[in-house]
Amino acid sequence: MTALVTIAVKELRDGLRNRWAVTATFVLAGLALALAFLGSAPTGHVGVPPLAVTVVSLASLTVFLVPLIAIILSYDSLVGEVERGTMLLLLTYPVRRWEVVIGKFVGHTALLGLAITAGYGTAGLAITATGGTAVAGQWPAFVTLIVTSVALGTAFLALGYFISSLVRERATAAGIALAVWLMLVLLFDLGLLGFLAATEGRGIAPGLFRWVLMLDPADIFRLINLASFAEVRKYSGMAGLPALAQVPTPVLLAGLGAWIAVPLALTIAVFSRRSL
Amino acid sequence: MNAVPATETANAVTLSGIGKRYGRYWAVDQVSLALRPGERLALLGHNGAGKTTLMKLMLGLIRPDVGTIAVLGEPPGDAASPTRRAIGFLPENVTFHDAMTGRETLRFYARLKHRPDRECRTLLDRVGLSAAADHRVGTYSKGMRQRLGLAQALLGDPRLLLLDEPTTGLDPALREAFYAIISDLAAGGSAVLLSSHLLTELEERTDRIAVMNQGRLVAAGTLDQLRADAGLPIEFRLRIAEGRLAPVADALAALAPRRGGPLELVVACAPADKMAVLRIVTGLGADIGDLEIVLPGLDAIYTRFTADAIPGEVTS
Repeated sequence: MTALVTIAVKELRDGLRNRWAVTATFVLAGLALALAFLGSAPTGHVGVPPLAVTVVSLASLTVFLVPLIAIILSYDSLVGEVERGTMLLLLTYPVRRWEVVIGKFVGHTALLGLAITAGYGTAGLAITATGGTAVAGQWPAFVTLIVTSVALGTAFLALGYFISSLVRERATAAGIALAVWLMLVLLFDLGLLGFLAATEGRGIAPGLFRWVLMLDPADIFRLINLASFAEVRKYSGMAGLPALAQVPTPVLLAGLGAWIAVPLALTIAVFSRRSL
Repeated sequence: MNAVPATETANAVTLSGIGKRYGRYWAVDQVSLALRPGERLALLGHNGAGKTTLMKLMLGLIRPDVGTIAVLGEPPGDAASPTRRAIGFLPENVTFHDAMTGRETLRFYARLKHRPDRECRTLLDRVGLSAAADHRVGTYSKGMRQRLGLAQALLGDPRLLLLDEPTTGLDPALREAFYAIISDLAAGGSAVLLSSHLLTELEERTDRIAVMNQGRLVAAGTLDQLRADAGLPIEFRLRIAEGRLAPVADALAALAPRRGGPLELVVACAPADKMAVLRIVTGLGADIGDLEIVLPGLDAIYTRFTADAIPGEVTS
């Protein structure tokens, strides 16, 4: 267990030192602030909209950006160390292979959590400080946004680790990682939309549709953030959603959890059998 | 100590008929070898002869397809076993994380081995890295990385030290310091296995030599034993008194002497005949002004044992 902590701390410190965390924080904070203060410009006026509006636009941004950041952070986590030769030495130490995987994963998760919390948190504070109409009921939605953004990022970290455990070269891992990112944040929805349009909405039974969305962590994230809070639903176009079509929030959270746990378990299984 | 006979627990390492195959190619083939505590064993061989694979097998990073391995009395590969802490390893071309300093790197490895931070200070001193300890590893020269690699291998006073090409990149002075550290450790009862293709520097500094060729162990023993096994001739270089060359050559005709210089005759013989030849030569009295006995060096012995290798066929 101490080995796990040692590895996690080293990974976290590496990320802080090479400015990775600082860069990611600035990117996230910058975009969040831009969305918050300029997000209503298309409607004809520049001003600070309610926090709930920011939640909607931030959620749309997060769905693309956070998975990308996460998968860039993690695709070479294992294969990179194998390629450089540092893994060989590490595995001769009294460290189990699952401790290496989990240790590095915990470090990366902390790094990502730090960047998202600091980035979005800054934006949230700036909105309230400049007189944004922060209705008390809207804060839970904003906190949920931050927590689920971290969870979404963590799921893509786990996917990146799994890819990293499978391949022999970093370049291969990078290619697969980008393909997986594109697939899950964009193509899955496009495909589903196309399918529904082609079948005039009758291809998937209404009761089944919400479960199909669980096959994509990005969609789970959208459902949690855009449909769970009444205040947010008003702005996200989900107000008309019938209660039947909704998946209970705990189930959504469990689904996101599965998107973290399953790839991670597969990573450990694959990496434990890998010969160096 | 499951399933390891008691006689083998006394050894630091016991390899019994191990083989490791990659596809149809045996990287290690039927190797049996024992390493005793306090012994310094040199593992010689071309690139691709199986030296690194043999070390990976001892470290439990890969498993043999046949045969058994006991390392410090246990089968290797159990990361949870406390014996892991008693093994030090220096990989060939050791690499570290460039962004960390030397001190941070060593502390990281020390924590994994449950060693206190102050041991790092001592070790950095010992390998001569104290002055550069707080510089990033990325700025280190090859020799400095190698020394940092040695420092991490020495963490926790290992009872078994596996060093893969440890002296590449070290200048002669550092090489001397390196072998002094190895000797200290061996004197303290640690077993040291080091691979190299630098032959001459190993002659005086190891107790036993094992030669690998194409995955097989082709020779193992002390330098004298290898010399005898190799059956390479011993040369007598005789300085002949002025004007006596022809009579002496006649007297030694049975030994087929050849001219080595204006006043020199060279006689070669099998190691077993050394004393007989010496008696004949000394029987010639004042005709022989001086004599020098030249034993085959490690280079010659190594070449003899690895002669059937095709250079460049296998690279690792």
